Amino acid sequence: MQYLLMIYAEQGAWEKLTPAAQQQGMAAYNAFTEALRKSGALAGSNRLRPTSTATTVRIADGKSQVLDGPYADTKEQLAGYYLIDVADLDAALAWAARCPGASHGIVEVRPVWSMPE
Amino acid sequence: MLGEDSDRQARGTADVVARRSYGKLLAFLAASSRDVTAAEDALAEAFAAALTQWPQRGCPSNPEAWLVTVARRKIIDAARRRRRGEQATVELASIAEQLASVAAAGEIPDRRLALLFAAAHPAVEPGIRAPLLLQTVLGFDARMIASAFLTSPDAMAKRLVRAKSKIKQAGIAFAVPDRDELPGRLDAVLAAIYAAFTEGWTDPAGIDVARRDFTQEALFLAQLVAELMPNEPEALGLLSLMLHAEARRPARRSAAGEFVPLSEQDTKAWDANMINVAEALLQRASTRRAFGRYQLEAAVQSAHVHRCRTGENNWAHVISLYDALLAICTSPVLRLNRSVAVAETLGPVAALAEIEMLAADRRMAEYQPYWAARAELLGKTGAYREARQCYDMAIGLEHDGAVRRFLQRRQAALPS
Repeated sequence: MQYLLMIYAEQGAWEKLTPAAQQQGMAAYNAFTEALRKSGALAGSNRLRPTSTATTVRIADGKSQVLDGPYADTKEQLAGYYLIDVADLDAALAWAARCPGASHGIVEVRPVWSMPE
Repeated sequence: MLGEDSDRQARGTADVVARRSYGKLLAFLAASSRDVTAAEDALAEAFAAALTQWPQRGCPSNPEAWLVTVARRKIIDAARRRRRGEQATVELASIAEQLASVAAAGEIPDRRLALLFAAAHPAVEPGIRAPLLLQTVLGFDARMIASAFLTSPDAMAKRLVRAKSKIKQAGIAFAVPDRDELPGRLDAVLAAIYAAFTEGWTDPAGIDVARRDFTQEALFLAQLVAELMPNEPEALGLLSLMLHAEARRPARRSAAGEFVPLSEQDTKAWDANMINVAEALLQRASTRRAFGRYQLEAAVQSAHVHRCRTGENNWAHVISLYDALLAICTSPVLRLNRSVAVAETLGPVAALAEIEMLAADRRMAEYQPYWAARAELLGKTGAYREARQCYDMAIGLEHDGAVRRFLQRRQAALPS
């Protein structure tokens, strides 16, 4: 089954870290990504730019409405994701627990709607 | 006449299989298809088919294998109707293969433990785990469960459906978790079983048939887990705790149906065999040297039994057990129970001081034993007016008529 691990983290927390701590953080993410890749579970992964770069779009009255900013204005925002392919939820949760995002933020695990039902 | 006879016989056989094997059959079907709802529907259809076919063709020699074979076909048909594409074909093949291997062997493997762990998975809402165990492993219907858990059948049914769909769609495994994850996960299974047990326990007279059954069935589940995981001390501890409580059931009501508090119970009315089994289980658990909540609570029960039988004052020991429990989990109920032991050793004033710490806890405002304990202690210190008020609160909160009458008698016995 495919699962999306969504990393929610406090905005701006990264910028406040010392360069040494940032380096450590990067190393932790690289190691995690590498472990996922080696196990054959990695299907995709990306880090997202901060929500100051976000734009939302919706169609209202037939016209597209484009707004600056994220969908929800919350303290924690989606900061990145991993798409993984594993046997079951327990396996997905085990990977989520090992993700550095679980230590500095929250990781939401969602099964991907893959089969037509 | 013959038709009626074979009809009755078919119905009888189906009833026996349903009672004896429902959980086992459902667990097997659910674990192989990873879909509890589909397994339930298929099994229900298989039972319906049995009731029409068995009277005509006679009961099969292996009714369980017959039911599994029919249910299996229904699951595969239903899945085929829903799914298309290559992946679905592969998946269906794997389901079919698993189910077929069993049908061939004629022996249905016991996957109830796997179902227990799926139903009590941390990804399932905690409040619905016990009802889910009752419905899936034990076959209780949602209406009966709703009445025991004091919610509407509709609401209960909805929550059960939601939980089953979460299990399916989130891909929760039907498996006993790995060794390193087991302690936390087993705890959720044990907690759900204990919740089912206490639901039944609220009707100690056993008048409410549904609730009495919950107690028996929860005991059966605890036994099952203890048998399947004989090296897990907390599984043994929970079974010991439940057997201790069950052993005293005959003494908890007088012949007239009135509530009898522990200190006044006739120890000869206790089930001595059951107590022996409970003690042996606790002994076996303790050799593993991994103490936990259920073993400690069973030890408290064991201490009560010893004191009531021998008259030996062991309240200090009870306090130390509660201290150990409170070191593991903070619970106002544990604190309250500890204060009862404190009253026996240091007197009512010291116990009242302990209870005072709980007064700010909002959960206590609606907890009958809190007000009853407070009333009892106030009465002992001579604060009769306050004691009466606390009894009023306790009486107002109690559902069980026998306990209510007991509290009313205690209140009436206070000097004016």
